[in-house]
Amino acid sequence: MKLSTLAALALMSLAGPLVGISGSGPSEAGAKPVSYKFPNETATFKPGPNLEVVKNNCMACHSVDYVQTQPRGAKFKEDFWRAEVTKMIKVYGAPIAEADVGKIVEYLTQTY
Amino acid sequence: MIDRRTLLRNSGAAIAALGAGMAFPSLRAFAATAALPFDNGERPLVKYPQKRPMIGLTSRPPQLETPFSVFNKGPITPNDAFFVRYHLAQVPLDIDPDKFTVEIKGKVDTPVKLSLAEIKKMPAIDIVAVNQCSGNSRGFFNPRVAGGQLGNGAMGNARWKGVSLKSILDRAGVQSGARQVTFNGMDGPVTDKTPDFIKALDIDHARDGEVMLAYAMNGADLPLLNGFPLRLVVPGYYGTYWVKHLNEITVIDNVFDGFWMKTAYRIPDNDCNCVEPGTAPKATVPINRFKVRSFITSVADGAKLKARARITLKGFAFDGGKGIKDVAVSTDGGKTWAQARLGKDLGKYSFREWRMPVRLAAGAHELKVRATSNGGEAQPTEPLWNGAGYLRNVIETVRVTAA
Repeated sequence: MKLSTLAALALMSLAGPLVGISGSGPSEAGAKPVSYKFPNETATFKPGPNLEVVKNNCMACHSVDYVQTQPRGAKFKEDFWRAEVTKMIKVYGAPIAEADVGKIVEYLTQTY
Repeated sequence: MIDRRTLLRNSGAAIAALGAGMAFPSLRAFAATAALPFDNGERPLVKYPQKRPMIGLTSRPPQLETPFSVFNKGPITPNDAFFVRYHLAQVPLDIDPDKFTVEIKGKVDTPVKLSLAEIKKMPAIDIVAVNQCSGNSRGFFNPRVAGGQLGNGAMGNARWKGVSLKSILDRAGVQSGARQVTFNGMDGPVTDKTPDFIKALDIDHARDGEVMLAYAMNGADLPLLNGFPLRLVVPGYYGTYWVKHLNEITVIDNVFDGFWMKTAYRIPDNDCNCVEPGTAPKATVPINRFKVRSFITSVADGAKLKARARITLKGFAFDGGKGIKDVAVSTDGGKTWAQARLGKDLGKYSFREWRMPVRLAAGAHELKVRATSNGGEAQPTEPLWNGAGYLRNVIETVRVTAA
């Protein structure tokens, strides 16, 4: 998958002071406090059906790249994505409403 | 940062540099992507504080891969290039080491809370040890499996300094009947319905004198994303046990049944820890020691080399703690093998460098490397498969052309 132009621009912006950090010196004897800042997330969902439902549910716990880096192809369609969404609910306790499950699976199957 | 194993391109102009020895000094890493050599393997190169540009797998929680070219520079992986893997998105971002404590509790005589300063006053040990993600190289699985689609960069080798877990446990006094020790760090889930990341070791393993609480890595504080200010180091074991930001150690008198031990990070319970592709194992056990692996680092797949010239191939090998007995290299696709010369021995848990001079006739060549451990463990010719995408250790192949 190619980075969108927007994402590439956002990535370039990381060259700026966004990625500042304090107190990262190699002081083994007495470590200094660290205040860390993550760069901005850049991956975005591709357009597709039920996009808002997908954003509201999936992005609560993880970034979009968790979805878009998964394997592609005929074996990674509805059954694969349904299993993933079920895992998020059953295993990781994601508070996804029953009514949203089919919508999320539809989006993922059609879009990735 | 140019990675020999990956195709790098300017994301706007699609300038591509394939193969070894090419460099675009003017190419800004921030605008570059890396293409891991499997389908859907394109990744951004991302710049995080305390890190050089890394191959970005995910950003929340963060997972960063080491660009493979780093492994050709020497047997120690620099802190700013060391891979990063979190499971849960609540990463502790503000840490004051003067306020940090680690608690030792459960089946102990005297529960204690130790400050970092107190830990640093205890007798220190240091050990060079590989850390490798269980799912390192998952993207190469065939058939593909769900999970983090990593290339070969979720591994690294560092000199860890800290105190032995044994000395910490002795200080609290382990009670009779203790069976396991559990480890929890400051990172946590977004929702309390998600199981917290807690791992367990058997009590004898925990007290072997080598499992350690490390506060330094290659002579410096741990980078935040590698577990600052204190992490568990479990030499020879997959990275899942190396709990970061370690602040809670609990001795228990049963076998821990938390999600990350009982359900996740399990491997088939048979001799090869593998199953027929697409099938499920009958029984599983928690993942444990590294399988023996070896890599060629000096030439990349697709490299064009000078025919009949003397070329020194090099790379490294490692295993789960017996140490490397020998490394053999083939330049004819595995038909014939020759022993490589091993580099300096930094300890049985470390990367072990190897090198071998070769002269290649004009034409295409398949270079292969295979290591054997002191325990007699060898690498498989064909990849072994399991549904979680763990333990990859097939003999690696690099295809080159000499002209």
